[in-house]
Amino acid sequence: MRGGLTWTIRDPPRAGCAPVTLLEVTGLSKRFGGLQAVSGLSLSLETGDVLGLIGPNGAGKTTAFNLISGFLGPDAGDVRFDGRSMLGLKPHAVCRAGLARTFQIVRPFPHLSVLDNVKVGALGRTPVVAAAADKARAVITQVGLDAKMHAAAGGLTLAERKRLELARALATEPRLLLLDEVMAGLNPTETGAIVELIKRINRSGISILLIEHNMRAVMSLSHRIVVLSFGEKIAEGPPAAVANHPKVIEAYLGDEYVHAPQA
Amino acid sequence: MKLLGAGAIAVLLVLPAFLGSYAITLFIFIFFYAFLGQAWNIVGGYAGQLSAGHAAFVGVGAYTAAMLSLHAGLTPWVGMFVGGALSACLGVVIGYLGFRFGLRGFYFVLLTVAFAEICRIVALNTEAVGGALGLYITFTGNPRQFQFQDNRVYYYVALALMLSATGIVAWIERHRFGVYLSAIREDEAASEALGVDTFKYKMLAMAISSFLSGIGGTFYAFYLFSLQPNAVFGIPLSVEIIIRPIVGGAGTLLGPILGSFILSPLGELSRAYFQAAGWSGAHLIVYGALLVGVVLFLPEGAYPFLARWLRRGRSGG
Repeated sequence: MRGGLTWTIRDPPRAGCAPVTLLEVTGLSKRFGGLQAVSGLSLSLETGDVLGLIGPNGAGKTTAFNLISGFLGPDAGDVRFDGRSMLGLKPHAVCRAGLARTFQIVRPFPHLSVLDNVKVGALGRTPVVAAAADKARAVITQVGLDAKMHAAAGGLTLAERKRLELARALATEPRLLLLDEVMAGLNPTETGAIVELIKRINRSGISILLIEHNMRAVMSLSHRIVVLSFGEKIAEGPPAAVANHPKVIEAYLGDEYVHAPQA
Repeated sequence: MKLLGAGAIAVLLVLPAFLGSYAITLFIFIFFYAFLGQAWNIVGGYAGQLSAGHAAFVGVGAYTAAMLSLHAGLTPWVGMFVGGALSACLGVVIGYLGFRFGLRGFYFVLLTVAFAEICRIVALNTEAVGGALGLYITFTGNPRQFQFQDNRVYYYVALALMLSATGIVAWIERHRFGVYLSAIREDEAASEALGVDTFKYKMLAMAISSFLSGIGGTFYAFYLFSLQPNAVFGIPLSVEIIIRPIVGGAGTLLGPILGSFILSPLGELSRAYFQAAGWSGAHLIVYGALLVGVVLFLPEGAYPFLARWLRRGRSGG
């Protein structure tokens, strides 16, 4: 970060159909005791979009994810997915509606095989175990984990676990995928591979909302970016505009950098 | 594996012809506790919800069938299902309280123990169900009253109970329900995120498990002809139910059966041995030592260990 906020920005072309709002978050707030974790957050995501959600540690990104995916109930505000309010729905119902999430700290079923892990997700769309297994195998191949099909998930490397987390979410056949720091802890090669994988997933028609600390990755993936700081949205826009936004630079680096000459 | 299972069942079917009365009694206990362990296995093993109060369901089933038989003349063959249904109702109540309010691990253990103790104390103090003396069933030897002159009939009834519970668990294991239960045991939040209605499936597991345990209660009552609150609702029975699947392998199809084949004879023989030596109750020390050994050396239980060992033997030779 010392060289200032310069990232390569490759804005991927957006699918050329009329924009349809898929996710609409309005005035979302959540307080934990004395901490206002998320405060009046509004954002919207159109079908086919990749929306990046960034912000310093503790900005409320994961809380926002938990609110959207039904793991937490908001104090105020609404989450509408495909025109339908998700408020009061349990996480499994949100998932059935087509909104799947991954966890920042990956949560594989450690004693189950990779195949069985992904089968759990696929069984949400078909009650037949054999059909779910077929679907799971296809998804596992798609994320490049086919060599580990029958390995216990507890023995996977971190990079493999991240792919497994993606595969399980994909097996639920989501229309919107919420990715919570899928690249954290990965080396540059692994990160590059995941970025390509996410681009492929997006091209297959799945919209994506992602939390990411890896700026290179989030800049190259996102059509638009929302920046959170202390629970509030401080900036929103295309990657290039957000990267040079004074408030964003201030939130990340402190206000002395705002007026510093750019390297 | 299928061939092996069919062979084992065939052996168990012809075995009574060659066994003495004491050995048959021993096998009845093996089958009966394997059945109760298998019932517990659904919620405790597969779904990972550690109920330590399953005696409550056995007791409710036993008292229901016995009361219906003694006071309404209802045959236990029907009464066992009424008892099972009442046990399932109790299971649903306990499950609702535990799962709705997110009691996990030790808290769920305490909740289930508390309910079993409540049942025990209520039965102890309710004269209508015999109070501390409990209920006694007069032996008539009438099959309609679930009573048989020949011990071998109890053998076959207990064997049928064990096999049908195992059949139910085998079915569960191969269907979505079973996959979901394993996922819930591994990580509830991750299961929810993948579209699993964890509350619904835990409740279902609890209902089936308590229903089967209630049916077991009828067998208990009409095999032993007597019911005392401390025996059917007591913590010792809950421990007997849990310890077999844990030693054999919780969450595996054959774990409760293997555990019962190890523990039931061990419990019976050590009980007889220690009683003769004037140390009644000392067999519980044997149980305790065995449980510590299993936790230390075979944390998954004996069956997964045995299965791996058999596989290695087959691929090696």
